[in-house]
Amino acid sequence: MSTAIALAGNPNSGKTTLFNALTGARQHVGNYPGVTVEKKQGTCVSDTGTFEVIDLPGTYSLTAYSLEEVVARDFLVNEKPDMVVNIVDASNLERNLYLSVQFLEMGIPVCLALNMMDVADKRGIKINVDKLSQLIGIPVIRTVARAGRGKTELLEAVSARVGEPPRPLKISYGADIDRALDEMEDIISSADFLTGSYPARWIALKYLENDEQILERGMAQNRGVAVKLADIASRLAGHLAATQDTHPEGMIADHRYGFINALLKQNVVVYAHDRNRLQRSDQIDKVLTNRFFGPMIMVGVILGLYHFTFTYSVLPAQWLEVLFEWIGNGADATLPGGLLKSLVISGLIDGVGGVLGFVPLIMFMFLGISFLEDSGYLARMAFMLDRVFRMFGLHGSSVMAFIVSGGIAGGCAVPGVMAARTLKSPKERLATLLTVPFMNCGAKLPVYALLVAAFFAENQAQVMLVITLISWVGALLVARLLRSTIIRGEATPFVMELPPYRLPTIRGLLTHTWERTWQYMKKAGTVILGISILLWAMMTFPRLDEAKISEFQAKRDTILRAASTGVVAEIDGPERQGGLSAPALVLKESLATVDGEEAQAGLKNSAAGRIGVAMEGVSGLAGFDWRTNIALVGGFAAKEVVVSTLGTAYSLGEVDPEETASLGDRLRSAPGWGPVTAFSLIIFTIFYAPCFVTVVCIARETGSWKWAGFSVIFNTALAFGLSVLTYQVGSAIF
Amino acid sequence: MGIINLREMRVEQTGVVAAVKASGEMGRRIREMGLVPGKKIRVQGRAPLLDPVSLRIMGFTLTLRNNEADHVQVEVA
Repeated sequence: MSTAIALAGNPNSGKTTLFNALTGARQHVGNYPGVTVEKKQGTCVSDTGTFEVIDLPGTYSLTAYSLEEVVARDFLVNEKPDMVVNIVDASNLERNLYLSVQFLEMGIPVCLALNMMDVADKRGIKINVDKLSQLIGIPVIRTVARAGRGKTELLEAVSARVGEPPRPLKISYGADIDRALDEMEDIISSADFLTGSYPARWIALKYLENDEQILERGMAQNRGVAVKLADIASRLAGHLAATQDTHPEGMIADHRYGFINALLKQNVVVYAHDRNRLQRSDQIDKVLTNRFFGPMIMVGVILGLYHFTFTYSVLPAQWLEVLFEWIGNGADATLPGGLLKSLVISGLIDGVGGVLGFVPLIMFMFLGISFLEDSGYLARMAFMLDRVFRMFGLHGSSVMAFIVSGGIAGGCAVPGVMAARTLKSPKERLATLLTVPFMNCGAKLPVYALLVAAFFAENQAQVMLVITLISWVGALLVARLLRSTIIRGEATPFVMELPPYRLPTIRGLLTHTWERTWQYMKKAGTVILGISILLWAMMTFPRLDEAKISEFQAKRDTILRAASTGVVAEIDGPERQGGLSAPALVLKESLATVDGEEAQAGLKNSAAGRIGVAMEGVSGLAGFDWRTNIALVGGFAAKEVVVSTLGTAYSLGEVDPEETASLGDRLRSAPGWGPVTAFSLIIFTIFYAPCFVTVVCIARETGSWKWAGFSVIFNTALAFGLSVLTYQVGSAIF
Repeated sequence: MGIINLREMRVEQTGVVAAVKASGEMGRRIREMGLVPGKKIRVQGRAPLLDPVSLRIMGFTLTLRNNEADHVQVEVA
């Protein structure tokens, strides 16, 4: 039989490091039911026995204010693990014990893992472990999770302790509150009010703290008792407000810290130095968050992350590309021509390739972000940039998501959306998720490159700069708009710890990176493949009717008949040294023209094409004809598809997004095209629906398809509005 | 020299928390991080745009925005 243990503790206490040390590779990540909070589970096999380990979300307290705290609390109450291992940062004991005391008050079985003992030693903090254990009545074990020290002792202590009934800790909160607690405890015990889940005094305490979740459950269980308890609580609140100008919640927190302070003063901790003297971390901060050097270094770090992610992921991405090209060629050679072949190559292989193509990017990006996060630098970035982002209803920590998505042109919104995980405030996080797709990802760049080169050849650099500015300003203003309308609400308090700088562990980095990548492949992969096939079908069906197809075939036959047999044999035959002769080149080109015309006709006839044609009446307001419309539909698969689809729509056949000069020439001479139309299309590309890979990721990260759907509809409507404005105003002026 | 708002404290200045005048989520967050009466604090620095502020308390570094610091009254020497 295995023992179920839950790891709980403050963020930055080394909880996840201990979890990794205990479970090694035997772990998996899921979500708590109905919420997006991560649930990490693992198995630990040791000489002492087998343990099922759960890594609870890191919290500072156990109130009902944040999702993480509710999740941790519910888990402890509903799943009743055999033992809670509370990881406590020994170098920061006093604040960490604030949570421990709350576990003890809940009357659940707890062991204390006194982690980072090495850091405490170095700072001259002496902790009398036996004394602490004796005073709080639970086992206390020294650990250094980074080095795996104390693991065995911890597991032994847990095994020895399991099954021993815990006694809830009773803290004195001052005469007034204690009296109210006694009174409420009696009422709760005699009515068996929620006592199946919680100890009576704890319930009373939560009533005084105005804990929403407990108040709600109380109402549902027994209205009469609930009202009686609420009355006592509000009477006490009135009394405290009148006599001491305070409220129960504040007083409870003060006394909890008072209890911890008194506890530590009984020779539990001795400090060799003033605790608030500057540590090495603070010396580093003097430079890294300095008014002048801080922002400069930050820009350097961001550029470094960018360089790391987008340079080093190129090579593995190319390997994947080569692999899929090879598979595609294999399919091309073995499968008979026709629909099945087209489905396998354009739908399946390109679809899977599309999903996997992001994998190197996601891996490198998370490796970089994990490094910044674990080292403590990410918290400093949030600290330095909070003032700016707050103006738009966002949070300092939003910066990473924006940068990765293409805040500096060339990012990618997929890892960008996933990077928003470092944000703990729900409203700010949602607003970030919904606005990062406006950034200029690498896939939008070929579209800009095509249009800018064709229509703004004289000042390319300036126009690119304007595009970057428009997307930043647009994203921030939309964030502001969302935060004052549908995601309205007070800013989440910033109150945040700046953890000491630490060198991240390789294991921690790799585990984190692999988790994220695997989650992406597993969850996003299936949906993305489905949509990819759907898009392929939309651009393929219905097919041209037989009459049309034979018409094109007849054209080809006519051309072939007109040519001499020698020339025909030359293009059909194996490649010749020195290339084709002049007449053969002419012949090949005229055949390609027919192929292009056929592809164009086929595209126009497909479902996507019909949508494009039908939309012409509306899209004309923004200057888009049916060709542009289809290209934009294709852009939902991936933004660079806009370029290749435009190529097909202008009968040029498939256009390589890297080689767009011929398409540019074609557009310049096409009717209806000019700088105004081009700029209108650029505006539309910045703002319209994110590519569906991003949409799937938004659904995953928000935990709801509702927000994913919102981002498609809202962004497209916004883009259309702005494009119409651009086109109409532009046409009136120029 | 009496009691002032945390926002008004200079960098490097030390003091003792006198009162926290906030309730609800903000009050809870401020208190759970240890900003309760009697705690010694030392202002460590400010972000480049002078907001948020970072301070040392109980041996760790805490940051909060100026409008949150407004709720914390500190007795300074």
